[in-house]
Amino acid sequence: MAAPVTKVPASALDLRDLSKEIRRDTFQMAHHAKSGHLGPAFSIVDLLTVLYFRFLRIDPENPKQPDRDRFILSKGHGCSSLYVTLAKRGFFPEEELKTFTLDSSRLPGHPSSKLLPGIEASTGSLGHGLNLGAGIALAGKRGKCDYRTVVIVSDGECDEGSTWEAVLAAGNWKLGNLICIVDYNKIQSFGRTKDVMDLEPFADKWRAFKWHVQEVNGHNHDEILKALEVTKKEPDRPSVIIAHTIKGKGVSFMEDTVDWHYWTPTDEHLKQALSELK
Amino acid sequence: MRTTFVKTLLALAKKDPSIWLLTGDLGFTVLEEFRDGLPDQYLNAGVAEQNMVGVAAGLAMTGKTVFVYSIVPFATFRCFEHIRNDVCYHELPVCIVGVGGGYSYGHMGSTHHALEDIAALRSLPNMTVVCPGDPLEVEGAVKSIVELRRPCYLRLGKAGEPKLHDPAKFSFTLGKSIEMLSGNSVTLIATSNMLETALNAANLLKEKKLQPRLLSMHTVKPIDRDALFKAADETPLIVTVEEHIPTGGLGSAVAEALAGHTRRPPQLICSAPDRFADTTGSQKFFRSKAGLTPDVIAGKIVSALSNL
Repeated sequence: MAAPVTKVPASALDLRDLSKEIRRDTFQMAHHAKSGHLGPAFSIVDLLTVLYFRFLRIDPENPKQPDRDRFILSKGHGCSSLYVTLAKRGFFPEEELKTFTLDSSRLPGHPSSKLLPGIEASTGSLGHGLNLGAGIALAGKRGKCDYRTVVIVSDGECDEGSTWEAVLAAGNWKLGNLICIVDYNKIQSFGRTKDVMDLEPFADKWRAFKWHVQEVNGHNHDEILKALEVTKKEPDRPSVIIAHTIKGKGVSFMEDTVDWHYWTPTDEHLKQALSELK
Repeated sequence: MRTTFVKTLLALAKKDPSIWLLTGDLGFTVLEEFRDGLPDQYLNAGVAEQNMVGVAAGLAMTGKTVFVYSIVPFATFRCFEHIRNDVCYHELPVCIVGVGGGYSYGHMGSTHHALEDIAALRSLPNMTVVCPGDPLEVEGAVKSIVELRRPCYLRLGKAGEPKLHDPAKFSFTLGKSIEMLSGNSVTLIATSNMLETALNAANLLKEKKLQPRLLSMHTVKPIDRDALFKAADETPLIVTVEEHIPTGGLGSAVAEALAGHTRRPPQLICSAPDRFADTTGSQKFFRSKAGLTPDVIAGKIVSALSNL
């Protein structure tokens, strides 16, 4: 039985506006909390927008419904934009975003499924999410359930051996209900991927591990949605969508810089960012 | 022990389709019956323990009760952070089953020895650490773990361990030790595959007209504080016996529990040394080298009692 889809709010109908709003709120939230990791939160905003407002079969009123689609943000450090997305999708009041990283908050710097509805798995250490996702997908496949499992991993996370263990296993287990999206912004924590640990030829690696591979512009909503829909036609192998993204996308001074993996925004930064995200 | 483990689990899994068994490509001559009998509840996850534990956690997130099987170091140290984050933090019904506790894989070398596992697993919040001492305790432990539906570590020996309890009088409760001998001369506390050695040591003490108490501490976490306090109140010496390094194992757990108790008798920790094996040897050889034999343990106890 298919889970009921909650009516998407009218304000959500324009994905471009919505992505901009999510970026704006995320920036404000990070500024308020004096928190970093804005770059990796911004590169996934368009992916999150399409997933939560066009693709995932979820019901914020019943976040634990057994038949729901599962989403895991394996790169947990990018969770600030996920919090904003979840709030806008109705999982918890937007007002609560102000508590990001505060004492006793439900919104720590890496997401916890024990604290917040809508978070499927607690992440923060890299190289865990795809393994969990493979387990959830395997249960769905053997149990003949029709839910899908979507995992966003970072490019830096593809340095982890455990990630490739999951890639190898999911290909062998023919997990057609598992979708991995790589946020390929090409900058990892302390340098560019090509300098730190080059992943290329990246798509070929996934193909060699028996995955269906697509590459998209990770900031083009139409391309993202189309690629997600294509995965439904691949029931016998897992799908990877390599999303070419820009770290810090949407705010000029953050785009494609290593620094904004860490830096916390000042009042000046906030002013400029808000003017660019109007 | 491993045969009893799989037999018990298979019987339970036949009645409960949510019980799964995952193996890290080990279990030759042990897991075949489960594999062939319940293929939909079985998975050989390959030689990839990090993924296996993550997958187990993912399965458990959908309502399964998952047992993950490998030799102790591979089932624990190799994938420790996955046990910590994926299983323990999420409080999922995943049981890590380690075969080859202590020096069980003696001549295989230090890579296969399991002497630090209780310390490591006991350090994790939400984890229950169960180290059965004979096949009856294994059977009781597996049944209890299925009912518990929480993170667990089950430390098994290997094969061929004798039954040490009287089946007619046997009952098993997680977190509650079993008093196998009652007496007030000294309390011996054993865990895992040291139970037989401790029982034999106690029998040697009986020949010397002592009345030893013997506790099988099959659950090291949470530890049976009531039995420990009672032993501290009623006996002049506590002796812990474990095939594990002295750091963080049974001896440590007992000392921690008794640290806050008013009456604290001296404690003699009988354990493996805090070092890797410096030569090749069988389990019997390494036990002998470590003084983990009934006569050496009994001798140390007699000596300790005479010095009180």
